[in-house]
Amino acid sequence: MAQPNLKIVGSEETGRLSQKTLIQIDGVTKTYRTRDGEVPSLRPITFDVRDGEFLVVVGPSGCGKSTLLKMVAGLLPVSSGTISIEGTTVTEPHDDVGIVFQSPVLLAWRSVLRNIMMPVEVRRLPRDKYLERARALIRMTGLEGFENKYPWQLSGGMQQRASLCRALVHDPKILLMDEPFGALDAMTRERMNVELQRIQHETGKTVMLITHSIPEAVFLADRVMVMSERPGTIAATYEVPLPRPRTLDVMGHPVFIELTQRIRAHFNAQGHLD
Amino acid sequence: MAFGIAARAKGSDGGSGDRSGTPLNFLVRLANSGWFRPVLLLVILTILWDVSVRVFAIPAYLIPKPGDVALALMSDWDQLLAASVPTTMATLGGFALSVLFGIPVAMLIAGSRTVEAYVYPLLVFSQSIPKVAIAPLFVVWFGFGLLPKVISAFLLAFFPIVVSAVQGFKSVDTDMMDLAKSMKASRLQTFTMVRLPHAMPAIFAGLKVSITLAVVGAVVGEFVGANSGIGFVLQRSIGNFELPLMFAALVVLAMIGVVLFWIIDVIERLAIPWHASHRHTYTATS
Repeated sequence: MAQPNLKIVGSEETGRLSQKTLIQIDGVTKTYRTRDGEVPSLRPITFDVRDGEFLVVVGPSGCGKSTLLKMVAGLLPVSSGTISIEGTTVTEPHDDVGIVFQSPVLLAWRSVLRNIMMPVEVRRLPRDKYLERARALIRMTGLEGFENKYPWQLSGGMQQRASLCRALVHDPKILLMDEPFGALDAMTRERMNVELQRIQHETGKTVMLITHSIPEAVFLADRVMVMSERPGTIAATYEVPLPRPRTLDVMGHPVFIELTQRIRAHFNAQGHLD
Repeated sequence: MAFGIAARAKGSDGGSGDRSGTPLNFLVRLANSGWFRPVLLLVILTILWDVSVRVFAIPAYLIPKPGDVALALMSDWDQLLAASVPTTMATLGGFALSVLFGIPVAMLIAGSRTVEAYVYPLLVFSQSIPKVAIAPLFVVWFGFGLLPKVISAFLLAFFPIVVSAVQGFKSVDTDMMDLAKSMKASRLQTFTMVRLPHAMPAIFAGLKVSITLAVVGAVVGEFVGANSGIGFVLQRSIGNFELPLMFAALVVLAMIGVVLFWIIDVIERLAIPWHASHRHTYTATS
């Protein structure tokens, strides 16, 4: 087995996605049982996520997009339908998945490095091997020098970077992100978008990200999936044919502007702008 | 808290090294140290006490003068010191039992809705029974030894630990539980890595309340039936109208409480240096 270095996608592969399906969502629904009876959260939803793809799901609040992500993560059971990762049906959290939540959920009593190493500890993976990987991730996310700091000594953006490192430390194929930058200020958020875009590009991870920011969605995604209001379902899907690596200048690109306008039109038609 | 202020005062000294030897600077440093303010207040209160006893001509058999209390404290020092040993033992015994039973009970209550539904209301119910009323029963059951005092201390100290620990265990947010779940953490791993450390600040808050109540519990036990301990000295001295001795015993009792509280505080500082309440001291030392 090779060293646990980060997988760098060679330039010859850049921008080209493999056609291999990694995540399959087939007729999945979710209904919550409450005191007032059954509340449908997701209408039957079917789509695939390809290997190495950056899929962004955008939708209004309460459209069930977080529910969808949690079901893919194996944290929430589906009401009907199936979700499978590499052909195996998801019934519990999959080992090849890393998750980033809206809040960094770092453990206050652990240093940044020990927070990042937590999945390694829990899964009882060889510590030395993954320590090296953790350090590589820390370098990649610009957290060098903060390894031994505690979460409260870090800014919100840095905390979220640490939680990204934690999600990637066991080298999962899939990264699930639930509005990861929703709690950050606009400037930090833009910077984090650029970095996430770069990190995904460098590591070749398959990313499924939830957001309610349309520019964020178009900037990051290979494909944007627009969801309708609760009970949610797919309203439309757009391919984003913008070249990578992308910089913030891409936001002035005619394709970018066109796409954001078209996506926004969906929400205006629904009478809701999140 | 105290350490932080002291550290900061020291830090500011470094900047003005040429003045550090002056008496004024020494006074400033003294006034800034953590123990100075409560002691100052205590001194002021003692003076007020002395003045009011004199001004209102309160007879000594009602309220003794602070000077007489100090004299009693000095003359009966050995007796008071000897009496504080069984009281401290009963306090610590009761406190240790509360921790030993309280935290596991809190874990059960926090971990299972069924246990919570059965046990918690009963616990609250039992807490409303005044311990002083049932303390004589312990004498009947367990005699005049240390045990009834330990039990009395335990009964008072137990409840705050359970309540705060339950609150601590239950306040882990859902994202954090999802995080543990996503790593396929076992129940034990989730407990040791997430729930327990998360609950520590709340548990320590409970321990601090509980240690001072344990002192009260031990004294209540001694009131009912004892031939030693601070509670016994209190009862005997009030029976003999030896008010200065009684006040001196109260001072010793307060000292026991303060020292035990302070020990818990130091342990807390060492155990959870990451917690918000200790952060400034933590950065100073790291």
